[in-house]
Amino acid sequence: MIAQILADKCNNCAQCVNVCPTFVLDDGPQVPVIARLDACQTCYMCELHCNQDAIFVAPDQFAPEPSADPLPHLGMIRRDHGWDRPGEAGHLDEYRKLGPLLGEGAEIAARRYQAQRRSV
Amino acid sequence: METDVLIIGGGMAAGWAAIAAAQAGARVVVADKGYMGTSGVTAMGGPNHWWVAPDPARRKEAIARQSGKAQGLGDPEWMARILDLTWRYLPSLAPHYPFGSDGAGGTYYSGVRGSEYMRALRLAALEAGVTVLDHHPALELLRDDEGRIAGARGHALRTRQDWEIRSHATILATGGNAFRSGLIGSHTNTGDGQLMAAEAGVALSGMEFGPSWSISPAWASTRTLPYTGAVYYDADGRELDIPPSRAAGHAHNRALGHEMLAGTVLADLSHAPAALRPILRQIQPFTPAPFERRGIDLFRDRFPVKLFGEGTIRGTGGLDLADAECRTSAPGLFAIGDAATRELVAGANSGGGAVNSAWALSSGRVAGAAAARESLKRKSFSAPVHGLGRIAIAPLSAHRAIEASAIHRAVDHAIHGYAHVFTRDEASYAASGERLEAIWGELSAHGQATGAALVSLRETAALVAGARWTIAAARGRKESRGLHQRADYPEASGPTQRQLVSGLETVRIHSQQAEFA
Ligand SMILES: Cc1cc2nc3c(=O)[nH]c(=O)nc-3n(C[C@H](O)[C@H](O)[C@H](O)COP(=O)(O)OP(=O)(O)OC[C@H]3O[C@@H](n4cnc5c(N)ncnc54)[C@H](O)[C@@H]3O)c2cc1C
Ligand code: SF4
Ligand code: SF4
Repeated sequence: MIAQILADKCNNCAQCVNVCPTFVLDDGPQVPVIARLDACQTCYMCELHCNQDAIFVAPDQFAPEPSADPLPHLGMIRRDHGWDRPGEAGHLDEYRKLGPLLGEGAEIAARRYQAQRRSV
Repeated sequence: METDVLIIGGGMAAGWAAIAAAQAGARVVVADKGYMGTSGVTAMGGPNHWWVAPDPARRKEAIARQSGKAQGLGDPEWMARILDLTWRYLPSLAPHYPFGSDGAGGTYYSGVRGSEYMRALRLAALEAGVTVLDHHPALELLRDDEGRIAGARGHALRTRQDWEIRSHATILATGGNAFRSGLIGSHTNTGDGQLMAAEAGVALSGMEFGPSWSISPAWASTRTLPYTGAVYYDADGRELDIPPSRAAGHAHNRALGHEMLAGTVLADLSHAPAALRPILRQIQPFTPAPFERRGIDLFRDRFPVKLFGEGTIRGTGGLDLADAECRTSAPGLFAIGDAATRELVAGANSGGGAVNSAWALSSGRVAGAAAARESLKRKSFSAPVHGLGRIAIAPLSAHRAIEASAIHRAVDHAIHGYAHVFTRDEASYAASGERLEAIWGELSAHGQATGAALVSLRETAALVAGARWTIAAARGRKESRGLHQRADYPEASGPTQRQLVSGLETVRIHSQQAEFA
């Protein structure tokens, strides 16, 4: 669930209020207000869309974690996506491997299961 | 507000419909409950589209294979149509979506990352002149005196104002029903479109084909890419006997569910393909976050897991369609994407994995174009309209507070609870059905709200309605076929029947011979 909006980074642009799919946030005087935490679906979309890296979503989907430490993680999801360089050729070049890797994992499990059956 | 085409919902199906309708010359409004670009399961997923080159032999073979999976319930003509439309239109997003390399000097189109995909669809829709209204959940459909669906009413969350939009054609693109299971990205997927359409008399099909689940860390639903090779342990470190993920029927999930009822199940992902580790962050940036933020190395440490139900999203069920342009039985009303039935292309099996997104794109394209054509023939908005919403708006007796969270838990349990779903029989369906009838009766008698509270209460009603149709349809199909598995009727019994389910105060089942068998 969303845990913090860091006042020293936020410029109150309200983009997070706008993009949150479940309308968790309200406009606030200095920074947006986390108004409906129970509706947060822990989707990280507010983080992805915050160009000030001012939002931290804590990992637990079922319980608030107000004391989790945001610092090592700020902006990571946005950088990993290459979100600010949508036109840049190549940043989705590994994407085609997703399907084959899913398949490879399934085969690993199937082979292991077979081998265990045989040894029983 | 008035428009030619109103699209309710703003996921991938809506995006493709909006672009098609605007390109055909219609004024188009998209109203989404959340934000078009982040809400719905498309945005959090990585839709891999069914993708077969237009070579007649390869297409024929792909359709034959898919028809086999559909077990007599798929329509080969629809399959051919979605293969064709997907192949033609997906690359048209190139100005807005940075398609990557296919590793062989070409472009990789079929699989796209949800957040960039939805950003691209939003941009393309805006560029085509579509009006996008975010945080504008629809609450009920409007019908005019000629009996035609003529728009919708809803509530704008940010301005706290009710809205009414009159339209010549209306498209439901509200997605599937995840029954509030906590599935990634699905909080707004409560089946509202199915409820609204049912109030206009539209039936549903394929509702019995489910459920399915995705495995995730116990504290958060994520994508399942790193799990396919996983080894599972109990809390004492004993390796569990779990059939592989692609084992027949529900064997994998049944074994996992059984162990989870007994205690904590831990996953060990150290057997995942070696090539995955270095690039997981690049291809699925949302997947590592829930681990890193807990200080867990997902490829080394064991961690507790849970199964998150996928409702109708990777099931098959949805609004039944009357023709090949996605019209419903209610004049002026279309349904697309996960809001509609996917029985036509997935039959008795899940369309997840490729067919569902090809369906969402294609049903969006055809409905968008048809709705534009139909709406441009109509000129004025003179006929008076009335709202069709009843449940949570006009209770049958005195208003009383409704305990929504208990209802949501009961609904998720009825559909996904592994204590009973793997051993379903007549008695078990009857018990679930009775519980849901009691909940519906209470909502129907006493549920009432306005504004944002009405949005939530209508969601609750839609969750319950969807669960009632699901249980009734599953109970009605006295055989096992595809995703629908019963302990008391373990075999498929020919001939292949399609089954429609309809009604709100009273749920009805209607079977018909499948035409494509
Ligand atoms: C984790 C995951 C992975 C998947 N992977 C694949 C895959 O690889 N291949 C594949 O083919 N399929 C896949 N699927 C299925 C595929 O993602 C869906 O079929 C597709 O995204 C459906 O698109 P949609 O537009 O119909 O629904 P959604 O994207 O869910 O959009 C529905 C929209 O309607 C809005 N809405 C709901 N109620 C209202 C209301 N009352 N008023 C206004 N708006 C409303 C919601 O906010 C949401 O934005 C996957 C699904 C999941 C969950
Ligand atoms: S998007 Fe970021 S900078 Fe803008 S208001 Fe939200 S937290 Fe502040
Ligand atoms: S994590 Fe998702 S649901 Fe929660 S506040 Fe951010 S955008 Fe909203």
